[in-house]
Amino acid sequence: MVLTPERTRPRPALAQVPGAWELSVRAFRCWLVMYRRTWRASVWSSVFGPLFYLGAMGYGLGSLVDKNGTAALGGVPYVVFVAPAVLAVQAMNTALSNSMFPVFGAMRWNSIYVAARATMLRPGDINRGHLMFITMRIAMNSACFVIVMAAFGLIKSWWGVLLLPASVLLGLAFAAPVAAWTVTLKTTTPMNYIIRFGSIPLSLFSGTFFPVSQLPAWIRPLAYATPLWHGAALCRSLSLGTVTAGSAAIHVGYLAAMAAIGLWAGARTYRGRLYV
Amino acid sequence: MPEVLVRARGLTKRFGGFTAVDGIDFDLLAGEAFGFLGPNGAGKSSTMRMLGCVSPPTEGELTILGGDPVRDGAAIRARLGVVPQEDTLDAELSVRENLLVYGRYFGLGRSLIAERTDQLLDFVQLTERANDMVDPLSGGMKRRLTIARSLINDPEILILDEPTTGLDPQARHVVWDRLFRLKQRGITLILTTHYMDEAEQLCDRLVVMDHGTIAAEGTPRELITRYATPEVLELRFAPDEQEAAAEKIQDLSPERTEVTADRILIYEADGDEFLERVHAAGLKPITELVRRSSLEDVFLRLTGRTLID
Amino acid sequence: MSSAAEPEETRAVAVEPKVRSTSDAVDFSSFPARRGLRLIERHARFYRRLWLVVASGAAEPLFYLLSVGIGIGGLIGTVQGPAGHPVPYREFVAPGLLAVSALNGALNDSTFNVYGRLKFEKLYDAVLATPLGAQDVALAEIGWAVLRGILYSVPFLIVMAAMGLVVSPWALLALPAAALVGFATAAAGVALTTYMKSWQDFEYVVLVSVPLFLFSGTFFPLSVYPHVIGLIVEWTPLYQGVVILRDLVLGAPSWALLWRAAYLAAIGAAGLAVAGRRIAKLLLV
Repeated sequence: MVLTPERTRPRPALAQVPGAWELSVRAFRCWLVMYRRTWRASVWSSVFGPLFYLGAMGYGLGSLVDKNGTAALGGVPYVVFVAPAVLAVQAMNTALSNSMFPVFGAMRWNSIYVAARATMLRPGDINRGHLMFITMRIAMNSACFVIVMAAFGLIKSWWGVLLLPASVLLGLAFAAPVAAWTVTLKTTTPMNYIIRFGSIPLSLFSGTFFPVSQLPAWIRPLAYATPLWHGAALCRSLSLGTVTAGSAAIHVGYLAAMAAIGLWAGARTYRGRLYV
Repeated sequence: MPEVLVRARGLTKRFGGFTAVDGIDFDLLAGEAFGFLGPNGAGKSSTMRMLGCVSPPTEGELTILGGDPVRDGAAIRARLGVVPQEDTLDAELSVRENLLVYGRYFGLGRSLIAERTDQLLDFVQLTERANDMVDPLSGGMKRRLTIARSLINDPEILILDEPTTGLDPQARHVVWDRLFRLKQRGITLILTTHYMDEAEQLCDRLVVMDHGTIAAEGTPRELITRYATPEVLELRFAPDEQEAAAEKIQDLSPERTEVTADRILIYEADGDEFLERVHAAGLKPITELVRRSSLEDVFLRLTGRTLID
Repeated sequence: MSSAAEPEETRAVAVEPKVRSTSDAVDFSSFPARRGLRLIERHARFYRRLWLVVASGAAEPLFYLLSVGIGIGGLIGTVQGPAGHPVPYREFVAPGLLAVSALNGALNDSTFNVYGRLKFEKLYDAVLATPLGAQDVALAEIGWAVLRGILYSVPFLIVMAAMGLVVSPWALLALPAAALVGFATAAAGVALTTYMKSWQDFEYVVLVSVPLFLFSGTFFPLSVYPHVIGLIVEWTPLYQGVVILRDLVLGAPSWALLWRAAYLAAIGAAGLAVAGRRIAKLLLV
């Protein structure tokens, strides 16, 4: 017991610490305690943001596109074409907004990582715990949007039940490598550049709001190489029912590889920043 | 014979070309308060981080609670408490929540944390602020909260890096009082400081660190006896007269003198007696002070510099 | 110096890194406008080093032009233009994006950065200890945000011209029109920011700016809406700005544009007055 006088029992040997999963969960729980205080603020942008995009692009623009002809879209109304992509973009944005400034802040502003470092948690556990929390946020936001998609009749196939895990995988494919990178930063400038020159063009040109076939031929390989294209294509194929074993394998494999690399790198960069 | 909890031999830490800690040796005995006294840049914080198992030693041997900090880091940290130099409190949480989050890192159950939280907040006298946010608390309160937090896992060794730096005198005395009580209850303390009054008051043994090495080691009394005289006579002369006065004082063969920028320090067994001889020699200092010698004088003797750089 | 200790950093509250300038010996004349100019100068000194950040802010409308205007435009073909005949979709979208770029340029500096200065940097406390008054501070902040809006609009206007999307010589008035949009945004932004209590309140900024961006006639004409909703949208400031710019760029000017401009100016003036009063209330207690 704390603060009782006289330690009379013999000093025990060093105990075995719990495994990585348990320790990571402990780090995750810290983020939950903080989220209890801040969840209300994030509800607006998480839930309503994608709804606005669906309304404006899907239905507003959609009325103009449908008038002209939807052959390039595979014959489906524009809103049906676009909705899975909005889901994918939302997953990416949730991943990025949680793995950039909050990671940077936890390292340099509010010292959450530094405080945890003094306990039995290791840098890898701190990394994984934060990623667990980010995954939870992605899942929550995606679930909201999938429900909306279903309610508006925008999911055309039973494969749509896999939309939630697909978008979570996409989010993790972004969150893990980005968190591993952000923790090494000394200023916020690189993050601003990534947002302006990375995530915004990515969300606009990766076969999201118009098919990649509309892009000039020389730039298409670039689009195909991005995780967002894989994620959006996967979500779209699930929602429309056009998914095949081959295409799913490629998309899932690509995203899983990015997530795995991110996890591997994260344990290393976190250790490099915390154990100086 | 008290057991040795920490053992360091030739402990070294280098950052690129810079050597922060240069091959130091020390032992930490159970139940004592052990101090690292030295100015900024002496290597104290680097040593504390190595003890806290968050900084791998570059060279040398370091054993903590029978384990190796690199291999058994997590297991050792489970038994340590750390009060870092900058409070790493979460400003967006309340006092109680900070203790909850920290306790959960150690895998403690909620009811145990709640029980300990009440005890600890009472111990550091923060019970009325339990549900307040951390941000508006004063510096002294935040430091006390950090101390409370560091005890949540019932540690055997408490590591404190400059525990009262930046606090006002009132707050410092409260912190000293709390640390003294911890010592009485058998927790082993290891702390760094550049305040000699803190070192003298709290530490059973201490080492004097400068530029990464240990310049001296012992109890405060031992160090003062060994490296300084019982009394110190401080004389201040007009700037242009100081040099001449210093020469005249040398003619009186004092045991030891130090000439600093603004004063002449004369180390003698009996300060008053020497002062009379100074007057008899016709010298008229602007101010004169006879005081007991302190660790500041020890440090001056060992390194030729003052503690406050 | 202590070895590997993390350098202490003050919390960077705005998106761009803050560079602290040393206090300059400035001589204040007795004219309010000139005094306000000094404050703008001070900000300009900061941001000279961040020209790349500012210039890159103009990249966003370009991305939207390429993806929505041309990418999706390929799927749409033509839409009804303001001059009465169909225009390629990209010609329809570009002026809307111009209005949005002026809005975005003004928005950041009139909200986040002002809040950061109010709460954390105590900049205004220092400034108000000089002959500058609260109204000068409000004017200067709004002026700076307008400048920022223009800084975002000018490159985009050039891009539009280079892509052959500027159809009419009336487009020469596009820049002052964009500045007017920036003024209305900045004034409203600063005024509303003075009511904010915490960083959580900025969710409202996002909550308002995103629908404004999407639904104010930027991407599709009002005819897409059901009649009632169309009427509501007509009253929003950004829509007025979009219409002004679209009519000018595509060569369909009319006297009605002056009413629309007056509407924006009125919002700007109201925001300016409110901002001045609020800053005085917050800081000169």
